[in-house]
Amino acid sequence: MTLEPSRLRGADLVGLAVAGMRARPLRAVLSALGIAVGIAAMVVVVGISASSRAEVEAQLELLGTNLLTVSPGQTITGEEASLPPESVDMVARIGPVESVGAIGEVDANVYRSEAIDPNLSNGITVYATTVDLLGTVGGEVAEGRFLDEALAAFPTTVLGSTTAERLGITVADGSVAVRIGDEDFTVVGVLEPVPLVPELDAGALVGWPVAEAELGFDGAPTTIFERSPDATVAAVREVLPATANPEAPQETVVSRPSDALAAKAATDRTLTTLLLSLGGVALLVGGIGVANTMVIAVLERRSEIGLRRSLGATRGHIRGQFLAESMLLAGLGGVGGAAIGGAATAGFALWQGWPVSIPLWALALSAAATIAVGAVAGVYPASKAARYSPTVALSAY
Amino acid sequence: MDDQINTAVQVRTGDERAGPGAARPSDPSDASPSPEPELPQDDPVSVVELAGVDRTYPGKPPVAALRGVDLAVRPGELLAVVGPSGSGKSTLLNIAGTLDRADAGTVRIDGRDLSDCSDRQLASIRAHRIGFVFQQFFLAPGASALDNVADGLLYTGRPKRERREAASRTLERVGLGDRAHHKPGELSGGQRQRVAIARALVGDPGLLLTDEPTGALDSATGEAIVELLVDLHRGGTAVIVITHDAQVAAAMPRRVLMRDGRIESDEAVRG
Ligand SMILES: Nc1ncnc2c1ncn2[C@@H]1O[C@H](COP(=O)(O)OP(=O)(O)OP(=O)(O)O)[C@@H](O)[C@H]1O
Ligand SMILES: [Mg+2]
Repeated sequence: MTLEPSRLRGADLVGLAVAGMRARPLRAVLSALGIAVGIAAMVVVVGISASSRAEVEAQLELLGTNLLTVSPGQTITGEEASLPPESVDMVARIGPVESVGAIGEVDANVYRSEAIDPNLSNGITVYATTVDLLGTVGGEVAEGRFLDEALAAFPTTVLGSTTAERLGITVADGSVAVRIGDEDFTVVGVLEPVPLVPELDAGALVGWPVAEAELGFDGAPTTIFERSPDATVAAVREVLPATANPEAPQETVVSRPSDALAAKAATDRTLTTLLLSLGGVALLVGGIGVANTMVIAVLERRSEIGLRRSLGATRGHIRGQFLAESMLLAGLGGVGGAAIGGAATAGFALWQGWPVSIPLWALALSAAATIAVGAVAGVYPASKAARYSPTVALSAY
Repeated sequence: MDDQINTAVQVRTGDERAGPGAARPSDPSDASPSPEPELPQDDPVSVVELAGVDRTYPGKPPVAALRGVDLAVRPGELLAVVGPSGSGKSTLLNIAGTLDRADAGTVRIDGRDLSDCSDRQLASIRAHRIGFVFQQFFLAPGASALDNVADGLLYTGRPKRERREAASRTLERVGLGDRAHHKPGELSGGQRQRVAIARALVGDPGLLLTDEPTGALDSATGEAIVELLVDLHRGGTAVIVITHDAQVAAAMPRRVLMRDGRIESDEAVRG
């Protein structure tokens, strides 16, 4: 005579796991908490770095990636090179180039007033500036206006955002002046931060002619900025060194500021790795918590195990039940953690004014991680449960 | 395949005859001419048969809980197992119910030797052929009477709806139709015992094993349980009842007395 084998339906297995978990809700929540913390940490880390990357991408979209700069490098003998004064006009003559701006570092100090000790350095750099600079680098004026052809010949200055803050200047209506070198320069404008050229933020910009006339500027640009249509950027990049410094093209450095911005978003990768490993440790600890809970559950529920065996459960069914319960417990933590982490990421991104971005792979990874943790945590308790002989389980004390 | 299912169904109804497909156990004494008839009509396959069963619990000192026990229970039989505490009654029940294995001797369920059976095969026998009622009930406190009873079919793989329908019918059968949605905590001891019996019965087993089903109950409630067991026996289910209660034992048509792991007497009172 052949009997049908014992069989437990998949839906019933899930039902058993749910019932086992619901029998002790507080314990379930507490033991899932560790997993939730681990998963939340991972989702937050990944979500925040993805959101900040999305923000940078949106910024780059806005600022464009077609801005190139040329700066003097070093001579063969290792001295600092310089660009010839006419290099700005030469760059402007490259076919596809649409706009050109330049700055030249001036050796002068900037002070709020005459009374301040000139030996105190405040980290502000004075730049001789062409009037096309702002449009080329994509900067914006916060107060007042930018230098134009007329103002460039007079002692007027436009301050970078950090400079204005350091000097405590909030108005740019011509009523305030700062001391540059030995002369008062009227503040005619204050800039918004310039994301592609952050060094301008700590600068005081003066006109090219007035710098040459009053501040001893030699007329050699220290950075030339140029924009050309996206498709021509590579070609322009090729010819820039020879154009800017035909006599010594190798003494120039060409770079693309948007690359630096993109790299900044990528530099938190080490931090991300670190935080991800912390999340992994939390997950491990959470998994141990789940395993512990399951070991206790198996001990407490020996008579249930014996009863189920008497009802026809195989060892495999018992193992499956406790394994499923462990995975469900961990899964509860995973879902909770993903929700907490998602909410925290969204909150942080909105607070920063970033777009919210939680990559799907992070959620898929958390799901896989929790299922794996639950399975690993459940292996020992489940096989312990399955090994009980039915009679021993039934006579449990 | 069809034959096998038919056979299973026939045996499950507690029919006096084993189905045509049922293999007779090969008798080791076949060599010697045996007067025992081979015809199934005269010798229906026992629901459970123990022959020369020993069971010794390891320990210091080891306890010989069963020594050379022979017992055969025919389909539909009702018997009481009595004896002093520690005489091996529960051990006997566990071995007869495939929950424990004998150290020596043979145990057959429906003619099938359990020593060849794997864990899964034993589980399948328990799922389909044997119902247990334990003294401690072992009901799930969070589940209704109906769901507790339906759990008796959990490992048959039948769908939930079917299990609950069968559970509902079985609760009616034990007189608890109106308590189906109560939790065990809301039931009296006797009612809980009946829920436990219903759970053992819901799969329509050929063999019901009960360990002191009236032990925790007052005599009137105990009598109701005994009546229920007698009804089941009339309905064709073989029932083994372990009891300390002389009154309960007196109501049974066959009584097995155990002492020190041996069967001291085995008497059929009537039928
Ligand atoms: N798991 C075990 N390990 C060791 N010895 C055991 C075990 N179970 C039972 N025994 C011993 O086996 C003997 C028979 O036990 P069993 O439980 O079968 O007795 P019983 O007849 O059911 O007694 P009672 O009427 O008190 O329930 C006893 O001496 C007992 O101490
Ligand atoms: Mg006992």
